[in-house]
Amino acid sequence: MRRLEPLIFEISKPGRKAYSLPALEVEKKPMSEYLPAGELRTTPAELPEVSEVDVVRHFTRLSQLNHGVDIGFYPLGSCTMKYNPKINEEAANLPGFTDIHPYAPEETVQGALQLMYELQEYLAEIAGMDKVSLQPAAGAHGELTGIHIIRAYHKSRNEAARTKILIPDSAHGTNPASGVLAGFQTVQIPSDSRGGVDIEALEKVMDETVAGLMLTNPNTLGLFDENIEKIQEIVHKKGGLLYYDGANANAIMGIARPGDMGFDVLHFNLHKTFSTPHGGGGPGSGPVAVKKELAQFLPVPVVEFDGQKYYLNYDVPNTVGRMKSFYGNFLVMVKAYAYIRSLGPDGLREASQDAVLNANYILRRILEYYDLPYDRHCKHEFVVSPQRIKKETGCHTMDISKRLLDYGVHPPTNYFPLIVDEAIMVEPTETESKETLDYFADALIAIAKEAYSNPEMLHKAPHTTVVGRLDEAGAAKNPRIRWQKGM
Amino acid sequence: MTYPVNLKYTETHEYAKIEGNKAYFGITHYAQDQLGDIVFVELPEVGREIKAGEIFATVESVKAVSDCYAPLSGKVVEVNENINDSPDLLNKDPHGEGWICAVEISDPSEVNKLMDVAAYEKHAAEGGGHH
Amino acid sequence: MNYLPNTPKDREEMLKTIGVKSIEELFSDIPPALRFKGDMKLPAALSESEVAKLMRELAAKNTAQDFATFIGAGAYDHYVPAVVRHVLGRSEFYTAYTPYQPEVSQAVLQSIFEYQTMICELTGMDAANASMYDGASAAAESVTIASGLTRRKTALVSRSVHPETRGVTETYAKGHDITVKEVPFENGVTSVKELEKMLSGDVACVVIQQPNFFGNIEPVDEISSKVQAAGATLIVQVNPMSLGVLRPPAEYGAEIVVGEGQVFGNPMAFGGPFLGILAVKNKYLRRMPGRLVGETTDNRGQRGFVLTLQTREQHIRRERATSNICSNEALNALAATVYLSWLGKEGIKELAEHCVAKAHYLADAISGLKGYELAWKTPFFNEFAVKCPVDPEKIVKSLVEKKILAGYPLGRTYPELKDHLLIAVTEKRTKKEMDDLLAGLEGLA
Repeated sequence: MRRLEPLIFEISKPGRKAYSLPALEVEKKPMSEYLPAGELRTTPAELPEVSEVDVVRHFTRLSQLNHGVDIGFYPLGSCTMKYNPKINEEAANLPGFTDIHPYAPEETVQGALQLMYELQEYLAEIAGMDKVSLQPAAGAHGELTGIHIIRAYHKSRNEAARTKILIPDSAHGTNPASGVLAGFQTVQIPSDSRGGVDIEALEKVMDETVAGLMLTNPNTLGLFDENIEKIQEIVHKKGGLLYYDGANANAIMGIARPGDMGFDVLHFNLHKTFSTPHGGGGPGSGPVAVKKELAQFLPVPVVEFDGQKYYLNYDVPNTVGRMKSFYGNFLVMVKAYAYIRSLGPDGLREASQDAVLNANYILRRILEYYDLPYDRHCKHEFVVSPQRIKKETGCHTMDISKRLLDYGVHPPTNYFPLIVDEAIMVEPTETESKETLDYFADALIAIAKEAYSNPEMLHKAPHTTVVGRLDEAGAAKNPRIRWQKGM
Repeated sequence: MTYPVNLKYTETHEYAKIEGNKAYFGITHYAQDQLGDIVFVELPEVGREIKAGEIFATVESVKAVSDCYAPLSGKVVEVNENINDSPDLLNKDPHGEGWICAVEISDPSEVNKLMDVAAYEKHAAEGGGHH
Repeated sequence: MNYLPNTPKDREEMLKTIGVKSIEELFSDIPPALRFKGDMKLPAALSESEVAKLMRELAAKNTAQDFATFIGAGAYDHYVPAVVRHVLGRSEFYTAYTPYQPEVSQAVLQSIFEYQTMICELTGMDAANASMYDGASAAAESVTIASGLTRRKTALVSRSVHPETRGVTETYAKGHDITVKEVPFENGVTSVKELEKMLSGDVACVVIQQPNFFGNIEPVDEISSKVQAAGATLIVQVNPMSLGVLRPPAEYGAEIVVGEGQVFGNPMAFGGPFLGILAVKNKYLRRMPGRLVGETTDNRGQRGFVLTLQTREQHIRRERATSNICSNEALNALAATVYLSWLGKEGIKELAEHCVAKAHYLADAISGLKGYELAWKTPFFNEFAVKCPVDPEKIVKSLVEKKILAGYPLGRTYPELKDHLLIAVTEKRTKKEMDDLLAGLEGLA
C-alpha cells in the first residue's frame, strides 16, 4: 500500500543515530585548539537524528512513489528513456572504478584512462568525427562547450565580428540558452511546411556576422531534415560552422553520421543514446566531438595513448579552457562503454532501426484520433496534436497526459516543440515490446474516447496516483523551498 | 468582458490610464486571461526612463514569461508594491488594483497612437494577434 | 548482446500497420549520399558474461583502488556507507527522469526538498537548488548571478581557490564579458591588503574558498567587511564537510555559497559524477540557475512537492534563461541526502572533528621529520601543505610502491610552491597508514 511519507526531519528524534566512525586512535583536543574560536559553529545544523532502519525505510517507501523505466513505459519525447542494462550498473559499482582518486598517478589508473580513451575513439567513429572530449557533464554542458569551441575558432581567424548563432524554432530550449551563455546573440530560423529548416529564411540571414547554426537532426518533431546537404552548404559557404545537438542521435546510429552530414561540432548525451540512466534528473554526460581542424580548441585535459601507456594531455594549444573539474562524469562513461561493447556496431544500428520502427508503429495506430502536423514517416520520435479533441471536447494535452498516469504510463513530453499547438511528443525507444506499444496506443485511443464521453474524468485526472494534481501556481506564488523546524 | 472606456490600449494588450500628466500602466483582462494564474511580476525601478514600446515589466505564470511593452514614454514615478505579495491582483482586477506602475508622461502626443476602447474590444475579439 | 524485445514476426506486423515493406523505407528521407555504408569500426558485440569480465579486467588495472590516499585537492576519500549504495540502487530513483510529472515523481521531488533543507541548514542560506554539475561549475555560474544582479563586470577570485574552479570560472566568464582577476595569497590565505586594492566600483563579486585549496582557514570576517563595503557579493566555495565544525558562511556575510558535495556519500570515482552545491540568500533566488523544488498541496488537500519557479529555466525562458542547465546531478544529491540522514546532527560534527584531529596528528608528526616543515602557520581543517626536502613528484612516485598516495604536488598548478606537497586526511585514514606515510617521507629526505 503506497502512502505519503513524512519528511525525514519529521521522524527525527534527539539522540538517535545511524552512523559509526572508525577508531580515532590519535589524541583529540578541543576544536578551539586547532581552529580559531570565532570560526567554530555554535549552533548545530538541524540534520535529522534517525536510525539506520529509519533511513532505509524512509527512502524505500519514498521510492515507491516514483515512476521509472524499470516500472513501466516512459515515452518522454527527446529524452530517450530506454532500458538501462543492469550489467552497466554493476560495472560502474566496481571498486576499481569508484575508489580511485582523480589525481592518482597515471600508472595507477591505466584502466580508467584506457576506458576513456577507447570511449573517445568509439564515439568519434559513431559520430563520423575526429576527436572527442568527455569532459562535459550533460547535454547542455556539451552545447556550451561546443559553442565556446566555435567562438574560439572564429577568434583564431580574426573573425570576432561573427556574433550570431542561428537556431531553428523547433530547437530544444537549451540551444538558445547555450548560445547566449557563450556570448552570442541568437537568431531564430522558422520551419518550413515539411517541418525542416526554412531554406529561404536561412539564406536570408546567413552572412559574415553568423558564427554557426545549431541543428538537431532528426529534429524535435522527429523528422530528418532532408535538406541537410543544402543547409550545410549555405552555412559553410559564408564561413559559419554547423553544430549538431545529439539529443536525438538514437535515430541514426550506424545509419547516418553527423560528421558525414557536414557537421563540425556535436555533443552526444550518454544518458540518452548510450543507455545510462537519468538518475531522477542526472548525472548525465555530454561528450563533444569535433572535426580535425577544431581539435586544437577542445577543453583540457584530453586522454591520449602513446602506444604504451594512456595519459592526460593538458597541452592543447588553443584550448577553450576548462569546463568542469577533473575529467567529466567518469562513472557515466563506464556505463556507456559497457553498453557500446555489449551491442557492437550491428547492435547499435539495430537499436536505431527498432527505435524508428517503434515510433512509426505507435504513430500510425493513433492517427484516427490525434492530428499529425507534418504527414511524414518519423524517426525515433514523433509529435502529434489533439486538435480535434481540444476543439470538440475542451480537453487539452495536459488532461490527456494526466489521464495516462491512471493507465500506469508516464506521459510523453507536453507542449514541446513550441511550434505545434498542444504538442504531444512521443519517443518509445527500441527497448519496448510490441505489447507495450499496443497498450500505450490503446490507452491513448481510450482516453480520446473518454474525452468525448466524460471530459470531466480527464480534467480531474489522475485519479489513482498517490497525489492528485498539485497546485503549481500556489507553489510559485509563495515559494516554500525548505523545511523549517516547527513548520 | 467589457473594457473601461477611460483607458487607452496597445495592440500587445497593455493599457494606460491617464490622470493629468501621469499614466498608470497595466495589462488588460485579455492578457491576464491568456496567461492564466500570474505568480510573479518583475517591476521596473522607480526613476527609470522608459520609451514607448520598451519592456517595462515581465509577468510570469507557472510556465510562461511575458514581456509588457510601455504604451507611452515617461519616467517611472511609482510601482504597485502590492503585487509583490499578491501577483494575482493582475488576474482579479487587471484594470484597477492590478496596475503595475505609474509614469510621468514625457510625450503627450503619443496618446493619440493608442487604441480607444472600441478599437481594442474589436482587436481582442479577433484573437488579439501580435503578442 | 542487445536489448531488443521485438521478434521478427512483431516487426513484420508493425511494418504492415505502418504501411511500408521494410524498416529501410522509414529511412528513405535521408539523402542516399549521406547514408552510412559499411560497418562502424567498433569492437564486435559481446555477451553479458564477456562484458562483465572485460569490465572487471579494466577495473583491476586501476591499482590505486586499494591505496591509502592522502590526496585531497577537491576529491576526498570519505567512507560511503552501505545504505547510500542501497538507496541509490533502487531503480525507482535511478531510472526516473527529471520530475516533470509530479503525481508520479514524489520520491525524487521530496528527496530534493530534503536535500535543499539540509544544504540551507549547513550553509545558513535561504535557498539551495537541486544541484549543479560540480563545485567548479557552481562557482562559475554564481559569478554570473552576481554580475547580473550588480550589473558589474569584474569578478575577483582568490588564488587560494581551487585552480580548476578558477579555470572553469574563466571559461564561463568569457561568454558574459566578465573580467576575472586573481587576488594573490599571503601566508597561505587570501591577501586582504591586495584584495582591498583591487576592490573597484566595477567588482561584482569576490570568490574565496573556505577552507581554501591549501586547507587553510581564510580570514573571512576581514574579507567580508571589505567586500560589503565595496557593494560586491561575497561568494564562498566550501568543503561542506567542514561545516560540521565551522560556522555557516551566512554568519560572516556570504550571499552565495557553492561547494563540492562529493564528500557527502559520493565516491571519488576518478573525478565524477560529483555534486555541485549552490545556495543563495533570498535576494538571488530568482536568478538562481537549475531546478528547485517547492512544497504545495494537491486537489485532495494533501501535501506534495513540485518543481517551482521554473520560469527562470531554459525550457521556458530560452535565450533569456539564467542558465542553460537542464540535466543536473540529482542522484548525487540523493546520495548526499541519504548520507546526511545517516550521519545526522551529531555525526557530521564528530566526523569533521575526527578529520581535524587526525590531520593535525599527521601535520605535527611531519613537521618533526628532518627536512620537512609546514608551509604556513595558518590554522587548517583536514588538509595542509608541507615544504619538502625532495621533489614532491618524486615522493608521490616512490610511495606508489608502498600503496600510498602521498598527496598532491602543488607545483603542478602553483609554480611558486614547487617543493610543496598538499596532504589530506579523512576519517578513513588509520594511524598505521599515517605512520607508514611518515616512514616513507622520512626515508626519502
